[in-house]
Order: sequence, then structure tokens, then C-alpha cells
Amino acid sequence: MGRAPRGRDGNVKTSDAGFEAQIAQWREFILKRRGVVAADADELESHLRDQAADLQASGLSPDEAFLVAVKRLGAQDEISREFARVHSGRLWKQLVLAGADAPAPGEGTQAPRTELRWVIGLAVLAAASFKAPALFGLSQMDDPDFFALNAALFFMPALAAYFAWKRRASGRTIGVLVAAFVAGAALANAYPFHSGAQTELLTGLHLPIALWLVTGVAYVGGEWRSHSRRMDFIRFSGEWVIYMSLIAIGGGVLAGLTAGAFGLFGVDTGTFIVEWLLPCGAMGAAIVTAWLVEAKQGVIENLAPVLTKIFTPLVAALLLALVVTIPVTWTGKPMDRDALIVLDLLLVLVLGLVLYSISARDASEAPGLFDRLQFILVLAALVVDAFVLAGLLGRIGEYGFTANRVAALGENVILLVNLAWAAWLALGFLRRRRTLGATERWQTSYVPVYLAWAVAVVALFPPIFSFA
Amino acid sequence: MYVSSMYISKDLVAASAAPMVLGILADADSYGYAILARVRELSGGHIEWTDGLLYPLLHRLEEQGLVEATWGEAENGRKRKYYRITPQGRDSLAEHRRQWRAVSDALKETWSNVKEAAAWAARPAEGMAT
Repeated sequence: MGRAPRGRDGNVKTSDAGFEAQIAQWREFILKRRGVVAADADELESHLRDQAADLQASGLSPDEAFLVAVKRLGAQDEISREFARVHSGRLWKQLVLAGADAPAPGEGTQAPRTELRWVIGLAVLAAASFKAPALFGLSQMDDPDFFALNAALFFMPALAAYFAWKRRASGRTIGVLVAAFVAGAALANAYPFHSGAQTELLTGLHLPIALWLVTGVAYVGGEWRSHSRRMDFIRFSGEWVIYMSLIAIGGGVLAGLTAGAFGLFGVDTGTFIVEWLLPCGAMGAAIVTAWLVEAKQGVIENLAPVLTKIFTPLVAALLLALVVTIPVTWTGKPMDRDALIVLDLLLVLVLGLVLYSISARDASEAPGLFDRLQFILVLAALVVDAFVLAGLLGRIGEYGFTANRVAALGENVILLVNLAWAAWLALGFLRRRRTLGATERWQTSYVPVYLAWAVAVVALFPPIFSFA
Repeated sequence: MYVSSMYISKDLVAASAAPMVLGILADADSYGYAILARVRELSGGHIEWTDGLLYPLLHRLEEQGLVEATWGEAENGRKRKYYRITPQGRDSLAEHRRQWRAVSDALKETWSNVKEAAAWAARPAEGMAT
């Protein structure tokens, strides 16, 4: 909001560069306060200028006039507190207005109104694409495998398109995105999977991971080499998951009410809800959520780090309890498959907690209690991961290699390497030998590993394990 | 500067702020800085407001529908926000006047019975801010 010093007519001279700089600085400070919007700052600035002009007319220098005028205006926090009291709604409304009303200057993105049109258009497109297979005789009821396998392909292209548009991605980036989505679709649908094949299930699990990271390339506007942009994408992913969950809860309530309300009049809405409302709503919501996360970015505190703070101690306690329980209860037999899956999910949660606590932390802060807690969390996770690996190797030794076991083995090794090095870096940070930047960089450098592994599982596993 | 020989308590200033602003606006449309200048002039410099706090007050009156604001241009070409009293604002001002008159009449009545009050009032101000 810097305004060029404007020459004033009349005999009072206030357009002195120092005076303008002081006014600009004062304005910048008051705008940072909660409850003060640009129009208030305009009004107060106008007052300051009038006051200063009068003071100068009575013989003060511009500097003195500025000081006296500011003093008389009163303390900024007192003024802003009064503004916030009058407009208490503003503290909340900013959340919505920020997207529609005040696009962050210099961000080089698109106009808000056009943006809303794109968001709605792409959300409708994502919802429609879910029903498009019906034109070729594929129905959700009869071909659940097809829909499970392609779930990500219904909305992620629209999501990538939104970001490619928003960040004005280059032609080359768009080319890469299109090629990646086409390749993903081809791999998922062209391979001749046996019915109920493990490799088909694995593709269903890993294709979304691979495509989500591809969507990340669109999110960062093609700057996938930049570590800070990667971190932004990690933050976005966490917020997206949280908002998506909130919208899903709302959608569930809506679906329940729909069924209940029409049920009163003997109309069965079951098919409509299951085949239209829920899936199409979810596809559209995926896009709208992305827009929401973008719009409220920076306006209020993000949720993911808050949840991280709450759950890090709890998960650390859970893992420590497990570290004691597993050896005590271990019977010597290879670990149960379900147990391994649960433990794996737990480790993924740990990784998420580590990622989001880094993404939210001020890197310049000295290590504190929370960092120690997190170090304990990672150590406990490492021990649990070692148990899981041992259990997996036991199963492989006993029953041989299958696609599932190899995939699980690979994922555990990837997690183990990540957590081991993260623990080492965290130790260095606690002993003040390293900065938090090292940990952050390690995590962002590791993202391509996930992509490579997910692509390998989708592209190579089916032929290696002969589509079984 | 404005040398005040009398200290008016914060509560009194706060209570009188809204009727005073409404009264000034009932006279003519105005803007923040001019309203403050008028307050000083009318009170003979006795009433000193923290300038910045006038604006939240104006916004509150605007929200209550007692005044309405428009952005206009000042003589020097800069943006300036002008306030105008609404019919509701005039009603509110009339109500304020009734209340203040009642209070002031009651005070006068009370004090006319107290002899010392006159003596105290006539006493020269001591130890006050100069």
C-alpha cells in the first residue's frame, strides 16, 4: 500500500521524503493489528496529515509535527483494540474476505472473481468425470474395482489444472502434468490384472500417492526443485486433508438428513445418495477444499501444526507403550499381517507429525521441550519400525515373497531411513550442532523418494509379479 | 498546546462523547479531524480526547445507523471520510439531551442545597495540571 509522496498545494510543505516515510511506516504498523483494515488506516492517515499540516503551519518542523500528531492520536494498540471491539465480526470475516476482497499484492496470481469461476467449473468437471464412465456402461455397483483403481484420476487432474492455471504454469510444466496423468491412467487400466490381484490393490493404493505428488508439481508452479516450495506443498497437503475431513463430516450429515427427510415421505434416496450425492460431492469438494486452503492461507493460523502439537506427546506415549508391549507379548511366531499394517499406519502418522511440526516451527527458535518430545517420538518410532521390519522379514522367510510383502518391505525401509536420519539431525539440533533447516531440507529432499517408490509399485510390480 | 485548568474524568468524557459528536454533526456534516477541533473549541480546551479513539466511536455510531459515512475528497485532493447524521441519529441526540438535562437539573437541585459546594467551586484550582 505504499503511496507516492504527493505534492501539496498551498503554503504548507509536508511532502518531505522523511515525513512520507514515517507516515508509511506508521501505516504499515497499524495495518498489522487485528481489527484494523485498510479503510481505517486511510482515515487515520488522513487525520495524521491534517494534524501535522496544522502543526507545521504553527511553526513545527515536519519531523516534530509528525511526532506530536502521532502522540496525540494515541497508542496503536489502544486504537486497534477499540476498532476490534466495534467490528468484532472483522476478526472472523477476514477469513472469507481475504480471498475475495484483498488479493495479496505482488503474488502474481489470478483475479478473485475469475478464480471462483475456475474453481466451480473444475469442481463440476471433477464431479462429472466420476459419472463419465457410466456412458461406457461402467457402474459403481457392478465395477467397484474400476472406481477404486481410478479414484484419484477423477479429481486430481482438475486439481492440477486449477494450480497450473493459478500459478500460470509454463507450457513445459503443463506438458509434464498431462503426460503423467495419461501415463497413470494407462498403467492402471491397461494392465491385465487377475481378478482380486494383490498388485491391483497395490496400484489402487500407490497411484493416488504418485498422482498427488504430480499434482504437487502443479501446486509449486513447476518449481519442484525449490525446497521451500516443496515445504509449502507439504503444508498444503496437511491443511487439505483436515479441511476435506471437515467437509466430509458436513457431507455425511447432509446425506443423512436427505435420507431421513425423504424417508418420511416414503421416497428412497439410497441410490441417489450413494451413486450421486456422495461421490460427486467428494470430487467437487476436493477442488473447493484446495481453493479454501489457498484463500485462507496466512490469514489465520493453520490447523495442521496445532493438531501436531496436541498429538505429538500422545503418539509418543503410545509408541513408548508399544516398544514395551511388543517384546513382552511376542510369541516368536512371525507377526500377524494386520498387526504389521496397523504399525505401518502408525509410522506414517509419526512421519506426518514430524513434517508438520517442522513446517510450523520458527526455524530461528532455540530447541525446547517440544523438540525433545519429538526426538523421543522419532526414537520410539525407529524401534517400532525395527520390530515391523523383523516381523516382515520373518513372514517373507516363512511364506516367501509376494507383491504385498515386497511393497511393505520397501515402504518400511524408506520410513526407517527417513526416521533414522531425522533422529540424527534432531539430535544435532538438540545439541545445537545443527539448525532446524537441516531437518527441513532432509524432509523436502526425501519427497522424490516417495514418488519414485509409488511409481515403481504402480509401473513395475504388476509385470514382475505377473499381475497376481 | 491546550492548557487545561480543569481535569474532566475519563468516565465523564466517555459518557459525553457520543452526544457531543452527534450534536456537532447535527450542526453540519464533518470529518474526524474537524470534529475534534470543534470539540476543543466548544469545551474551551477542557475536554481532551485521545484523537485516535474518535474513529472507533464514529464507526460504532455508523454501525448503529446514527450517522452515515461517505468517502469524499479534501481540498488538497486526498481521500477523506465525511460523516452525516441520520434521522435516527437526530432522534438519538434528542434522547441524549433529555437524559442529560434530567441529570444536570437533578445535580443543580442537589447542589443548590449544599452551601459548601459554592465555596469549593469558587476556590482557585490547586495542584492541577497546568
